[in-house]
Amino acid sequence: MIHAAHDDHGHGPHAHGDPEPAPGESIADRTYVPAVLRGIKLTLARFLQKKFTVEYPEESVYDASYADRGIGASNPRHRGEHILVKDEQGREKCVACLLCMAACPALCIHIEPEPAPAEWTDRERRPKVFEIDMLRCIYCGYCEEACPCDAIRLTPKFYQPTTSRTERVYDKQRLLENNPDAQVPQRPRK
Amino acid sequence: MKPKLQATGLAAEALRDSPFGESAMSTEPGLADKDMIINFGPQHPAMHGTLRLVLRLDGERVRKCDPEMGYLHTGFEKLGEYRTFNQYVVVTDRMNYLSAMANNIGYACAVEELLGIELPPRAKAIRVVMAEMSRISDHILSIGLQGMDLGAFTAMLWAFIEREKVYDVFELTSGGRLTTSYTRVGGLAFDFPEECERRIRKFLETLEGVLGEIEGMLSHNRIFIDRSKGVAHFTREQCIAYGVTGPVARASGLDRDMRRDRPYLDYEQYDFEVPIETDGDVYARYLVRLAEVRQSARIVRQALDAMPAGPYNALGKVTLPDKDDVYSKMESLIQHFMLEMPGHGIKTPLGQVYHSTESPNGELGWFIVSDGTGVPYRVRVRPPSVYQFQAVQPMIEGRLVADVVATMSSLNVIAGELDR
Ligand code: SF4
Ligand code: SF4
Repeated sequence: MIHAAHDDHGHGPHAHGDPEPAPGESIADRTYVPAVLRGIKLTLARFLQKKFTVEYPEESVYDASYADRGIGASNPRHRGEHILVKDEQGREKCVACLLCMAACPALCIHIEPEPAPAEWTDRERRPKVFEIDMLRCIYCGYCEEACPCDAIRLTPKFYQPTTSRTERVYDKQRLLENNPDAQVPQRPRK
Repeated sequence: MKPKLQATGLAAEALRDSPFGESAMSTEPGLADKDMIINFGPQHPAMHGTLRLVLRLDGERVRKCDPEMGYLHTGFEKLGEYRTFNQYVVVTDRMNYLSAMANNIGYACAVEELLGIELPPRAKAIRVVMAEMSRISDHILSIGLQGMDLGAFTAMLWAFIEREKVYDVFELTSGGRLTTSYTRVGGLAFDFPEECERRIRKFLETLEGVLGEIEGMLSHNRIFIDRSKGVAHFTREQCIAYGVTGPVARASGLDRDMRRDRPYLDYEQYDFEVPIETDGDVYARYLVRLAEVRQSARIVRQALDAMPAGPYNALGKVTLPDKDDVYSKMESLIQHFMLEMPGHGIKTPLGQVYHSTESPNGELGWFIVSDGTGVPYRVRVRPPSVYQFQAVQPMIEGRLVADVVATMSSLNVIAGELDR
C-alpha cells in the first residue's frame, strides 16, 4: 500500500512536522486563496510555453516544419490510403492470389482475377477488377501483411475528402495512381 | 390544459413496466409536487459516450436511477464467430477505444494461452511497455476529464497533450493512433523501433512535471474537493458484490490487481506497487489513478532498461514469417499461404480458455471457445465498464444531480465496451 500521491509533495503550510490534514481541511485549503494563486501560477507558466496545437488543416503535424513531432510522413508504418505497387515495367505487381481479400476483416476488397496476357511470362493471373471500398476499410494493414508479393501497401496519405460515396470506392487504376510518392520499388522497411 | 400524452403499443407496455410508471409521460399541471423524470444522455454533453441514465428527481435529489445500455450496440462478440483469431484483433481496438493497446494485448494473451504458446522475452517486454503506456494515457485522460466535469477545464487540456504524446509513440510503433491493432496471435505486428525508446524516455521525463501541475490544479482545490470527496461512495463489499474492479475498486480498498495476483507477461519480474485508497469516493479514485500513472511509468522504465534482444514473434506455426523471406524462400512462402488462405489459418485445439488482464479500467477477461477450426466458436468478453456502469445506480441514488456528472467521469465508463 502506498500513500496518496499528494502526501509526497507537501503542499501547504503543513509540509513538515505534524501530520498533514486531509486535503481541503487545512486552513489554507479552506480559504481557497493558495489554490487560486497556485492555479494562476501554473496556468501562466503554461501560457508562456510553446504551444502544442497546430492550425489544422492549414498546417499539420505531418508537415516538415513539425519534424520533431513528425510521425506520419516519415513513418513507414503509418496506415493511410492504399496503393497498388507497380513493377519496373509499370504493370501492377498483383498476381490476383486473393490473399488480401481473405485477410481483410472489413471485407472491403473485391478482386476479379483474369488470366494474364501471354507475354507476361512471370505470372498466370492478374486482377481484372481490383476495388477497395475506402468507406468500409478500417485501415488495419492486414491486406499488406497478407500480400505475398508486395503488391499492395498502405501509405502515409489520409486526407481525401470527397463529395459522394461512389468516389470512395477506388478501382485498380485509381489505386495504381494513388499517392505517387509512395511508389518506390523496394518495400519500405517496417 | 395540455393534453395527456398517449403512448401506444410497445411504448405503453414499456411505460407500464417501467420503474417510473405512468408518471413518466405526464405533462399535467401540478408537476411541481411530483417527481420529475429526466433523461441524462445518451446525447448529453456531460455524458462520456452514448450512455443513458433515466433519473427520477425530487427537486435536485435523485430518487431513482436507471442506467440503460444499448445505444452503441456493436455486436463485437458475434463478430468474433465470423473472424479468424488474428482478424479479431482489429475488433478489440474498438471496444475500449481509450486503451486499444491494452485490449489488443489482453486478447492476444488469451488466444496464446489457448494455444499454449510461450512468447519470447522481447515480445513480452514490448507488450508490457505498450500496455503500461496505454494505462498512462487512459488514466491521465480520465483524470483530466474528471477535472473538466467539475469545472477545471485546464487540467483536461494538459492531459490531452500527454495523451497525444503517447499516441505519437503508438503511431510510430503500430502505424495507428487510436486503432492500434498492434498484437498478433503469437507476438506483434512489428518490432519496437529504437526511436520509440528515445521518445518514451523523453515523455517519461516530462510526465512527472505534468502530473505535478495537474495535481497542483486539483488536489488542493476546494471546489474540486467539495464536489468529489464523499461523492459516489462505494464500499469494498459493494465492489465485490457488483464485480467492480480496477481503480474504482482499489479506491474502495479492494486490493486486487491482476498484474500482481495472476501475473501474465512476466509482470512478477517488475517492481511496482498497487496503490490503494480506502475512502471509496470520487476523490479517492482520482488519487488512485494518479498514483497508478506513476507506477506505470516505473514499470515502463524497468521494461525499457531490461529490454531483451531477440525475436518479437514466437517462431513457429502461428506467426507470419518475415516478409523478406516470403519473397525469397519457398518454405516461408508456403507457411505464409497456410496462414493466410481462406479455410486455413491458425489451427487451435479443441477447448476453452478464460484469461484476464488488468486493463486500465479493471479486469478485462476473455473467454474463448474453440471448436478446432480457424475461427472461434464463441468469444465472450468481460469488459470492466459493464460492471462499473451497473454500480452507477447505488452510487447516485439519494444524491444530487450535480454528483451524477462527477460519478460518471470517475468511473470512466466506455460505451464501446458495454454493448458488445
Ligand atoms: S487496410 Fe484492412 S480493412 Fe482496409 S483493405 Fe486492407 S485489410 Fe481491408
Ligand atoms: S494485392 Fe497481393 S494479396 Fe492481394 S491479390 Fe494481389 S498479390 Fe494477392
